[in-house]
Amino acid sequence: MSQGVATTLAGITPPITEKRKKNLLSDGQGTLAAILISPTMLVILFVVGIPILLSLRESVYLKATAVDPTTGLIPEGESFVGLANFTDIFNNPQTVSGVWGHMDRLVNSFWNVTFFTVVCVGLETILGVAMALIMARAFRGKGFVRAAILIPWAIPTLASARMWGLIFDSNGVMNIIVGQKILWLADNVYSQWAVIVADVWKTAPFIGLLTLAGLQTIPTDVYEAARVDGANAWQQFTRITLPMVKPALVVAVLFRTLDTMRMFDLPWGMIGPGKYSVETISMFAYVENNQLRYGSAAAYSLLLFAYIVIVAFLFVRLLGADVIGDEESRAITAQRKKQKELAKAARGRAPLAKSTISSGEAQA
Amino acid sequence: MSTATATPPAASRVTAEELAVLNKPSRGGKYWASQIAIVAGMAFIVLYCIAPFYWMIVSSLRLPTEGRETSFWPDPVSFENYPAVFLPENGFGRALLNSVIVSLTTTLLTLLLGILGAYALARLRFWAKGLVLSIIIACSMFPGITLLIPLFKMFTGAYSWMPINWMNTYQALIIPSLSFGLPLCVWNLTAFFRQLPVELEQAAMVDGCSPGQAFRKIILPLAAPGVFTTAIITFIAVWNEFMIALTFGTQQSMYTAVVSLSKFTGAYGYDTPWGTIMAAGVLITVPLIIGVLIFQRRIVAGLTAGGVK
Repeated sequence: MSQGVATTLAGITPPITEKRKKNLLSDGQGTLAAILISPTMLVILFVVGIPILLSLRESVYLKATAVDPTTGLIPEGESFVGLANFTDIFNNPQTVSGVWGHMDRLVNSFWNVTFFTVVCVGLETILGVAMALIMARAFRGKGFVRAAILIPWAIPTLASARMWGLIFDSNGVMNIIVGQKILWLADNVYSQWAVIVADVWKTAPFIGLLTLAGLQTIPTDVYEAARVDGANAWQQFTRITLPMVKPALVVAVLFRTLDTMRMFDLPWGMIGPGKYSVETISMFAYVENNQLRYGSAAAYSLLLFAYIVIVAFLFVRLLGADVIGDEESRAITAQRKKQKELAKAARGRAPLAKSTISSGEAQA
Repeated sequence: MSTATATPPAASRVTAEELAVLNKPSRGGKYWASQIAIVAGMAFIVLYCIAPFYWMIVSSLRLPTEGRETSFWPDPVSFENYPAVFLPENGFGRALLNSVIVSLTTTLLTLLLGILGAYALARLRFWAKGLVLSIIIACSMFPGITLLIPLFKMFTGAYSWMPINWMNTYQALIIPSLSFGLPLCVWNLTAFFRQLPVELEQAAMVDGCSPGQAFRKIILPLAAPGVFTTAIITFIAVWNEFMIALTFGTQQSMYTAVVSLSKFTGAYGYDTPWGTIMAAGVLITVPLIIGVLIFQRRIVAGLTAGGVK
């Protein structure tokens, strides 16, 4: 960053000493920041940090449940079993038959989670963007629509689960609408779609709301310029609207994706626990925990955690989701990257001393 | 979109007829078609959002014996389901009270901690800021179940170093709720604090305030709307939480409203008492919806500030 300045003013700048790390703007703020932020971090340490560590510990222990053949009693306590809780998924599968055929219960719930996430988030994004586009073009009634859009968001997921449970009842209104007698809630493929409909209903408006906020930051003269250049509506949408709304949309979709992956309330309240067609990893781990099988429960929940981390990482890497959105952090990262590149470039052509450049970047 | 009302700058050189011709296309068939499409789209959005909720209300207003009726208007309109919700065997009144206690306490605690933390994150410079922000955002993406299992073991006294039994206590409902309430709160507040112009504090500091005083005397009063919005959003998040409440409140007297709704068997025998369930659902939802409608502008601002950036 100081490179340009240093070269152009090479003649008159005094030699820069190594110890110029102190920032006049930020002097003394570190202590205050530490005081202010530490209560929050302490609470997070207690309710998140320690439980994660304990979860890791639990996942490699197994509570003895088998009857000891010599004494005929169930021994007390738990024993270290290494990765057995994880490998049991393949070595000692608990086979169930959901929608995806016969497979281990965890693998089944993994496919459920993946299916729900892909379908729900896909539909929500399309519907949400469509809603945002409509709302952005409206002149009147915006406030009314915005109020309506907040209703699905505010309804507790469990209340919405019971509500949709009635709608999808075998004698319910959905069967009248589709004109067939489908057993939506009977733990089958239709149950999955019932859950998907309920989830999309609740969260598509939310994506719409966030996308609308992104749309409103696009200046109108960009569109005017495009129209002057002869762009049609579709071109305007794909070349202007989508790229410019992308930062907001990607973050919204990322949050929704991670939220869908840990889905629990909706299938639980609508179809019920222990229904393999809609059982998510969260639900399965919960059931295991309720049976006091902490080891496998912790192992499954950690697998879900790992799955979520991978997806979040891919989002950030492939789609460039700027989740943090802090300009200072962004600037620092950019600066580090630049310095690294400069260092690399300097190393690459070490013999050509940089100081030979006499004026600016003329020979770059 | 519509440029009909804008007068061209070179109006003097354009005759009235030419102006009419220029203005006509935008008011033509295409214009009206797009207007109608937008109105239809808006109507669709409203219908989409309200119709299922309408169904819940309508179903709660049927006779208790007609829980599965599918007429679009209850005939006769009956309020019998509502007293049925509060029959003593449901414990619903207590559950509502529990929900209020848990949600309010969690909201106040998170605000107390969150305001301080968020101010530091929004304004002060310190080396670990990126790290702290990452930790907080990571917490809000966390699967609750990963935390729940160890917390369940801790609170049931399964660890010898923590010989407590917190099952069916308020602290067991409140403390785990902090795990998602606090990141949410800090995140939203940070966004709000960032929106306030930094010049305000700089001016205060030039006038001799310390950063702490600038925060107390300048920023906090100005951020009050943002704090209030964050409080509502956090309150709703805690009120709607199900998994933690289901785990740590196992006695009927410690159910929250949402858990109570999930266990509803109602008063009308073997058949699922849909009318009562829907009435309970309406009772849980309506206070939130009233609050949301009153403060909708603020909440939208809060959600987008926290979500988009």
